[in-house]
Amino acid sequence: MKDYRELEMDFMDNVPSPQIDRREFLKLGSGIFVLFTVGDFSTLAEAQQAQRSLPTDFNAFLRIGEDGRVSCYTGKIEMGQGVNTSLAQMIADELDVQPDVVDMVMGDTDLCPYDRGTFGSLTTRSFGQSLRAAGAEARRVLLELASEQLKLPMETLGTENGQVFDKSNRNNRVPYARLTQGKRIERRLSQAAIKKMPSEFKVMNKPFNRRDGVEKVTGKARYSADIQLPGMLYARILRPPAHGAKLTGVDLSGARKMKDVVVVHEGDFVAVLHKYPDVAEQALSAIQSTFSTSPSQVDDRTIFDHLLSVAGPEQVVSKEGDLPTGERASKSVIERTYLDGYKAHAPMEPHAAVANLEGSKMTVWASTQTPFPLKEEIVRELGFSPKNVRVITPYLGGGFGGKSRNLQAVEAARLAKLTGKPVQVAWTRQEEFFYDAFRPAAVVKIRSGMTASGAMSFWDYSVYFAGQRGSQHFYTIPHHSTRSFSAAPGKDAHPFATGPWRAPANNTNTFARESQIDIMAAEAGHDPLEFRLKHLPEGNMKEVLRAAAKKFGWKPAKGPSGRGYGIACGMDAGTFVATIAEVAVDKATGDVKVKRVVCAQDMGLVVNPAGATIQVEGCIMMGLGYALKEDVRFKNGAILDENFDTYEIPLFSWLPKIETVLMEKKEADPQGGGEPAII
Amino acid sequence: KTIPEASMMETIRFTLNNKPVTLTVESDRLLLWVLRTDLSLTGTKYGCGVGLCGSCTVLVDKKAVRSCHTTIGDIKGKEVLTIEGLATDGVLHPVQKAFVDHDALQCGYCTPGMILTACSLLHENPHPSSTDIIRELDANLCRCGAHTRILEAVHAASKELKGGF
Repeated sequence: MKDYRELEMDFMDNVPSPQIDRREFLKLGSGIFVLFTVGDFSTLAEAQQAQRSLPTDFNAFLRIGEDGRVSCYTGKIEMGQGVNTSLAQMIADELDVQPDVVDMVMGDTDLCPYDRGTFGSLTTRSFGQSLRAAGAEARRVLLELASEQLKLPMETLGTENGQVFDKSNRNNRVPYARLTQGKRIERRLSQAAIKKMPSEFKVMNKPFNRRDGVEKVTGKARYSADIQLPGMLYARILRPPAHGAKLTGVDLSGARKMKDVVVVHEGDFVAVLHKYPDVAEQALSAIQSTFSTSPSQVDDRTIFDHLLSVAGPEQVVSKEGDLPTGERASKSVIERTYLDGYKAHAPMEPHAAVANLEGSKMTVWASTQTPFPLKEEIVRELGFSPKNVRVITPYLGGGFGGKSRNLQAVEAARLAKLTGKPVQVAWTRQEEFFYDAFRPAAVVKIRSGMTASGAMSFWDYSVYFAGQRGSQHFYTIPHHSTRSFSAAPGKDAHPFATGPWRAPANNTNTFARESQIDIMAAEAGHDPLEFRLKHLPEGNMKEVLRAAAKKFGWKPAKGPSGRGYGIACGMDAGTFVATIAEVAVDKATGDVKVKRVVCAQDMGLVVNPAGATIQVEGCIMMGLGYALKEDVRFKNGAILDENFDTYEIPLFSWLPKIETVLMEKKEADPQGGGEPAII
Repeated sequence: KTIPEASMMETIRFTLNNKPVTLTVESDRLLLWVLRTDLSLTGTKYGCGVGLCGSCTVLVDKKAVRSCHTTIGDIKGKEVLTIEGLATDGVLHPVQKAFVDHDALQCGYCTPGMILTACSLLHENPHPSSTDIIRELDANLCRCGAHTRILEAVHAASKELKGGF
């Protein structure tokens, strides 16, 4: 069995969830319950189909308590992206309550309805829209209740600040809390729940500071490794020196001699546990072990040829016209290959988990972006019944896609089961680099041509191993074909785990596409902005390019201009984004210093403009590492970058001046915000 | 590899978050783990274990120190301040308040180390320039990319403190 796997790369859709136990929801006491169904269907037909096949499938759960506080139960998690603030804004606005009375309960598999995971920038554009609908419905229920209590027709009543009031006598009002007393009203949302119009927004589309700020600046915010239970043991696990290396011999006598150290040895799995993590670490270093050589023959230089050699049949992403016809019409043809290496997620918090077995019930606190899939994994791997596994997700110290892989939590649960004690598994930085499901290395091959007048005539695009997200170009080109390749059946592509990394696939595809466009613009003797505008239809992409150019103060010049200006555009998670950078290049060393970045983004309705701007800044800063420095080095299964001394992530001294333009589009549905600006 | 020798237990007295503390521990244990486990002060974070990221920063006699590189024996008789001890009587320290007001954090994991490093800087240099702040914070890593806001927050805190740390 492979000891790693390639995680799914393209989180383009949201698969409906399995049925959940309705009774679980009824244990929470009184209040108004609004149950609503999974969202993010691109068509009504899909939504209807999902509802037909899974009629009792709920995606979120909202409660208005007798104390007037609103609890929002969501399987989404908070990893820094700020959705505990923006989701609270969405529900508060629809309900007409202050955002600070909303309590977000996130990522708890016993309390929250099924969710496939926090990824794909789906929280706001998909879950959030359903949440708004739930808020709108709950508000209607409250009006009904108030109408009965005040003996007034519903049309004469309004809501504000957690109260229903009589429009003709505004002193005649009743708080939501009093309306819900002792009663529990449960209803399914109809499709017809009417959300507020943008002109009615009081909370949405206004800047709000993060609601977790105070907890996080005082050290009170709990992350998984901060969970401490009585009698808990910290585990350190024996690791191979390279992926694919197998344990051939182990001498545990040194660790066994140490006082209060618990040694676990089950097949290839060797762990030492102690009430202090540093003593567990000493016990680990007292173990003598030998491993076989890894069968992996590739390294970070040879990987690209290897990838091309194991590629399977093409999958056509899009196609139009006829490539040979386009090529015959071309005066010049440009052919380039783009290589993109493995990237580490490198969140500041390494993977951590605490597991506790009480009777037959396993509870796991884990830094995970996918609490429900993790629960299923524990059920599957360790033979628990689903009702006996609970995953609780504290704050995550960053995820970026990397915490979709939950090995550490399965290890903690396994050790808790074996030792009968609460166990914490918190990876070291070295383990984090070793077991990270890296953004996969990828190759993109592009052949493209232009007519004598500089019009793009054909586009022949093949992407290997990155994935399809962002691979479709959006330029006006009469003849084009885009194909994606993954591993041929039975072939291993990567020597270790790979998985989604902030804007998976799209960062590779955008890098390749936009580089090719620049080369073509230069070949045509055109300004790279004008070349793009010339090949774009009127619409959102042109708007964001123009907005970025205006803010930047772009003056047209034939490329390469030598000014150190760079421009690129793309689409991700429904959002249009254009970025212009000014850089200084040391011509002797090739070192690049990014001085200024302007980013314009059309993300539809911006729920929290402050949060969205900060996400853009975060994407740009993280993107500097991706673009300029980061590349995981490895050889024969061993990961050569084990810490931040050789794997350089962006520093304060790299910080450019970042300017963000968010297009005013509040009539449009909200789109993704955590990933687009990094593509 | 050799079997580690059992270290000598020692009684260590120091000041922690303005209160005297006496611990009987092996004096070569790392401050990071003693704070997090023995003392349950989990605001001090593990990030890299070798002093490269700054997540485990605490103040020792008002200077930023990496607790993953400091033994409990090293702080004998000294004043240690962790993130939990920075606010007094529930009132945020100006640096903490500036981080909240400027949204100078995302995931929050590097935040205690950033704040305490900023405190150390402002204690020595009450009116730092951007260059001074960048130089001081350059060895503190933030993966979320909150750098712009952190810089703004440190400037704001400097103004608020007016030199009186």
